[in-house]
Amino acid sequence: MFLFVPLLFLFLFTYLPLGDMVRLSFFKWDGISKKKEFIGLKNYIEVFSRPEYFSVLKVSLYYFAGSVIQIALALLLAVIFSKKLKFTNLFKGIIFFPYLINGVAISFIFLYFYKAGGTLDTILVKMGFEQDKLPLWLGDPKIVNISLVFVSVWRYIGQNVVMFNGAIQSIDTQIFEASMIDGASEWQQFKYITFPSIKPIVSLNLILAVKGAINVFEIPYIMTGGASGSATFVTKTIETAFKLKKIGLASSMGVVLLTIIMLVTFVQEWVFKRGEKNGQ
Amino acid sequence: MKTKVIGKAAAVLAAAVSMAVFNGCSKGGNEAESLKGTITVITNRTDLVDTDFQNYKKTFEAKFPGAKVEFEAMKDYESDIVIRMQTKEYGDVLMLPDAVSSGDFATYFEPLGTVEELSDKYRPEFLTTKISNGQVYGLAALAKAQGIVYNKRIFREAGITSSPKTPEEFIADLELIKEKTDAIPYYTNYHAGWTLTQWQDHAWGSLTGDPDYHNNKIVRDRTPFDEGKSNYILYKMLWDICNKGLIESDPVTSDWEMSKIYLNEGKIASMLLGSWAVSQIENAGNFPQDVGYMAFPYNIDGVQYASAGSDYCYAINVNSSHKALAKEWIKFMIEESGFAISQGGISLLKSDPMPSNLKEFADVKLIVDNPATEENQDLFDKISNESEVGLYSLEKEKQRIVDSALGKTDESFDDIMADWNRKWSKTADSYSAGK
Repeated sequence: MFLFVPLLFLFLFTYLPLGDMVRLSFFKWDGISKKKEFIGLKNYIEVFSRPEYFSVLKVSLYYFAGSVIQIALALLLAVIFSKKLKFTNLFKGIIFFPYLINGVAISFIFLYFYKAGGTLDTILVKMGFEQDKLPLWLGDPKIVNISLVFVSVWRYIGQNVVMFNGAIQSIDTQIFEASMIDGASEWQQFKYITFPSIKPIVSLNLILAVKGAINVFEIPYIMTGGASGSATFVTKTIETAFKLKKIGLASSMGVVLLTIIMLVTFVQEWVFKRGEKNGQ
Repeated sequence: MKTKVIGKAAAVLAAAVSMAVFNGCSKGGNEAESLKGTITVITNRTDLVDTDFQNYKKTFEAKFPGAKVEFEAMKDYESDIVIRMQTKEYGDVLMLPDAVSSGDFATYFEPLGTVEELSDKYRPEFLTTKISNGQVYGLAALAKAQGIVYNKRIFREAGITSSPKTPEEFIADLELIKEKTDAIPYYTNYHAGWTLTQWQDHAWGSLTGDPDYHNNKIVRDRTPFDEGKSNYILYKMLWDICNKGLIESDPVTSDWEMSKIYLNEGKIASMLLGSWAVSQIENAGNFPQDVGYMAFPYNIDGVQYASAGSDYCYAINVNSSHKALAKEWIKFMIEESGFAISQGGISLLKSDPMPSNLKEFADVKLIVDNPATEENQDLFDKISNESEVGLYSLEKEKQRIVDSALGKTDESFDDIMADWNRKWSKTADSYSAGK
């Protein structure tokens, strides 16, 4: 009985629109006209046969590579924070803080940061670089994705640090003490105690990173609008639906994205089940 | 004495009650009575709804006692109103959204008269914007001409005395500005995107002088992006300006709000925008007298043309129960409120003067696109969107031209035009195949 209201909302705002999206993906429709034309699988054929729709997934590779670096960095920070240091909670707070800021605000902050003659350039010029020789951080197609990935790393690293730190703190301290008596170095401690203990959390974060990389949206959408080679699958879908008014085609792109995400989730479940079995 | 007063009051009251009963019974009501009630006006002008519009409301309600006007302003007007129109509740007066094709006008809106009837008082060239089966369904709140906003002081300081009449002259002027002043000669506003789409309007009237080109001719052309055709000339000019380094240093992070201030102050020399932008830029800083507006630098046999057209048009909800009053509101807004002039736009009313920002357009012929004929109905939007050339919808394709000019991509200008031609002809073929 208590579950009725949340279930109703879930149905109304998730499953109903989802069903509608799947249905629309078989039609040709401009979003306004009262006439929808049933075209079967044509939308899907178009998504899979036109290279420009899938080539944008390459941009996701940048974000995935960024996530790997982010996770490695977060691990390092989490290990440092698990040692007895002064002000660890303050540092944790500072690193976690960006995660709490709204993504739109972050995008605007970094737009000014990367601008020609903006914050980053000013700092670099003070350090002795010449303004004219600095690249356009968002304007150069070779750099733009790296600049954007950095923003994403900056934003999400705190979440990883807090998760890893929590996991490390749940390891029995006696094990560390015993290893210290045995003369284990810090690296050996990490390699043989810390990492194996928190491995499930690390792999969970890696799989979430894959999902995140395919789903990237607000940072490129607001900062560059997908210009100079920074478009992602989601920005491309938005463009198809609301600029070109090809609602049917965009719906089928949505369905394809959903399928990819579901596949990744199944892999994740499978990896975890296997991990549990090995653990026993 | 006292009883008499009370007696009188009672009589008045009784009369009032009986009249109210009468009103309640009569169905159609006569002219005066139907001009009472509350009308809801939906507008896109979120910026004016609490200021200027309140004054219009006061004047209107004083003119029609018993009438009440309520406003509803939508920030994301075009997309929100289209969703509302799936119900019957979309106000009494609204701005006719561009997404509704002319075939659907009669389903949603009340006809306002024929062009012949309306052209006694109104400028006929702007009446055909929202027309279907000979009936006008929308009246323009204001009309605008397309041109280039520029800073007069900077042009003067660069030693430019006459306004350019060809793309080559314009580019030469920009080069002079780069050489002699500190101003950015042309600001693309690449980041905002829609600002680049402003260029598109010139592909019709300004470059062809032909009111039929947009809706009736280009849709029958398989290769409209060939060298020498209007779109090619237009975007080649944009490409050349960018290629010669006459624009801002980092277009990707360009800033629309700041650009208005910079143009006002003379840090930017020119931007291509509709005449609606002139008043905004005049008000953006301390130098409104420096802001000028010139026609697109092109001429056909010495005659300069400028694309012109209606802005959003007032329309009446076909389901409204106060249609007469709604009509009076539209009439009031166009003929008495002074709205169009205050916005620096061209008023629909013939007797109103041309706005001051079009001073330099005295010798320029304004060209308003003719509506599509029966067989070309909606064809332009369909081909443009379905082919993904997206002349009005894909800002990315305009950014692509800038990217190419700046050497960020490997493709040349001709590659882009060839690509557009290929996409366009493929889609256009699919439409003519059935006919």
